[in-house]
Amino acid sequence: MTTVAKSTLLELWEQMLLIRHFETETERAYKAALIGGYCHLSSGQEAATVGTMHALGSDDLLITGYRCHGFALARGVAPEAVMAELFGRAGGCAHGRGGSMHLLDVERGYYGGWGIVAGQLPLATGLALALVRQGRQQCVLCELGDGAINMGAWHESLNLAAVWRLPVVFLVMNNAYGMGTSVERASAVTDLHRRAAAYDIPSLRVDGDDLLAVVEASSSLLSGARSERVPAVLELVTYRYRGHSVADPGFAYRSAEEIEEHMHRDPIQRVRALLVEEGLADAELEGVEHAAQERVAAAVEWARADPPPAVSELARGMYAPGSAAQFARMLAGAPFGERELVFAGGLGQ
Amino acid sequence: MTPAETAETPTPVSGTEVMTYREALRLALREELQRDERVFIMGEEVGVFEGAYKVTAGLLAEFGPDRVRDTPISEEGFVGAGVGAAMIGERPVVEIMTINFLLVAMDQVVNHAAKIGAMFGGEVRCPLVIRTPNGAGNQLTAQHSQSFEGWFAATPGLKVVAPANPADAKGLLKSAIRDDDPVLVVENLAIYKERGEVPLDPEHLVPIGLARVAREGADITLVAHGFATVRALHVAERLKRDHGVDAEVVDLRSLRPLDVDTVVESVTKTNRAVCIEEGWPTYGVTAELAARIQKACFDDLDAPVERVGMAEVPLPYAKGLETAAMPNEDRIAAAVLTTLGLRG
Repeated sequence: MTTVAKSTLLELWEQMLLIRHFETETERAYKAALIGGYCHLSSGQEAATVGTMHALGSDDLLITGYRCHGFALARGVAPEAVMAELFGRAGGCAHGRGGSMHLLDVERGYYGGWGIVAGQLPLATGLALALVRQGRQQCVLCELGDGAINMGAWHESLNLAAVWRLPVVFLVMNNAYGMGTSVERASAVTDLHRRAAAYDIPSLRVDGDDLLAVVEASSSLLSGARSERVPAVLELVTYRYRGHSVADPGFAYRSAEEIEEHMHRDPIQRVRALLVEEGLADAELEGVEHAAQERVAAAVEWARADPPPAVSELARGMYAPGSAAQFARMLAGAPFGERELVFAGGLGQ
Repeated sequence: MTPAETAETPTPVSGTEVMTYREALRLALREELQRDERVFIMGEEVGVFEGAYKVTAGLLAEFGPDRVRDTPISEEGFVGAGVGAAMIGERPVVEIMTINFLLVAMDQVVNHAAKIGAMFGGEVRCPLVIRTPNGAGNQLTAQHSQSFEGWFAATPGLKVVAPANPADAKGLLKSAIRDDDPVLVVENLAIYKERGEVPLDPEHLVPIGLARVAREGADITLVAHGFATVRALHVAERLKRDHGVDAEVVDLRSLRPLDVDTVVESVTKTNRAVCIEEGWPTYGVTAELAARIQKACFDDLDAPVERVGMAEVPLPYAKGLETAAMPNEDRIAAAVLTTLGLRG
């Protein structure tokens, strides 16, 4: 069993608390209409998120689906930049263009939250292929939900990763439901990691709410990908406390008792118990929890104060710098408003 | 210039050589593979098989399997792999055997590649090239005879080019490879064998977003792209010979960005326009052209803007039916004469 130093364990617990409080505040802000669009919370999945991010090297690359607030935070993106993105503000990590589902931080090797189920898997193989071509001994962690494994992109990506020996680990966050459809109703094989056998690549299925087990399993598979170019599947069995998105109360397809039962095995409480075993005092732990709350409150305040993106930059980033000249001859007969909104809005500048 | 590019200034090469469209594409690929280590080719049968249409013939032997990478039949998988590789600095050139198969990868092109720049606020770029032929005419039937470039050109975030002759094939493909955005290069099954003068200069680039007047004329403007340009040029010669009509042909070359200025300049001069495309015109490239021409040239038009494209049916197998459905030269000529009021 992996052991992590007490100080490390405490840091990881802090991250878990940060994510939990961040998600709680996010839901509150959503209900106050400060956040719009789709918004998928990850409360209950903190051990799986923080454990894998701890195992992922700082030079390694990360790509995820849309339930990505926790991954961004655990990867070290400032809570201010994440919250501002949810608020649709200029200081958000995607400058208010992406929102909840499309967080990223290229400097931290995080190539985005993606919103089409399984769409990020082919991208992950491409990132891994580029690492190989560039002779970099790093790997890619590709997060996906249990629903994504029924998409064709799953099959094509795992096959390509195996055929080309790509350094990528596919992390299946099995939280029991793809939206409102249980794994049992969606997948012929409910031990999802067994699907990896079809591609003859290693796989593990681990209690995703056990932080140390997550660190151990992900370290092992990521290390194989990094140093031996062995792609792998890591299935983390976890549970989301909230609905699929904030619009889903989460009770149509599961019982209150079921949710309650999982909350009794809460991953944050499990790590807290370890810290108590390690001799940390309640007062100290309460202080850490209070600090996480404060951190999130500060992020909310920062996001509130951050200005929205200017309409004069509507087309920002859509095309690479220099593209404006290519589009210069496209204005004649253009649709109403195109000149003011798109051409004056930073197209290719 | 980035560090991965060759540091030395290329020696200017003058002169041209007559070659096929297919050879011009190959020349562009070879030059860019030599010029930039980040460029690699990926697709079905591009290597050992030497390309389904032989565009990549010889490149595997010259550059090896890392630069010329055969893929399984997994369009969504390897187009997406191209997108991912491009996101961290590679310059993949993905070949899709025909544009019909690109539909399998539509999600990766439209929902992923096209979104990267804007959706992430300019933090990531996707310098990806996808090459693929459209077209009909070989009795390939409904699933293999389509022209979807309008679908892609309708998508903000993508660039789409459609060269109509060997020189532009070389110059536009090279510009696409050097471009920092996802570019779809639409080729055509019938055009691969077309021959023409091609500049040998490795710096021969055709700018994206610049149309070309392929034939000057005073009486009517024919607007086309890709193989429809070849058809339009034939029709223009025939109309000159048989009817004394002097048609101008505008070859769009790029569909997004679209050089409307060149079209407008021509229509302002001729006062009449027929727009031609290989695909279905409804919601198509010619629909877009007609909308822009009527708006920009409202006071200059002497006749409604006419369109010729594929008849709006899934393409049948029987030769006679197929020919009748295509934007063949007889149909284009008839449209031109009608627009000129020369045909009852």
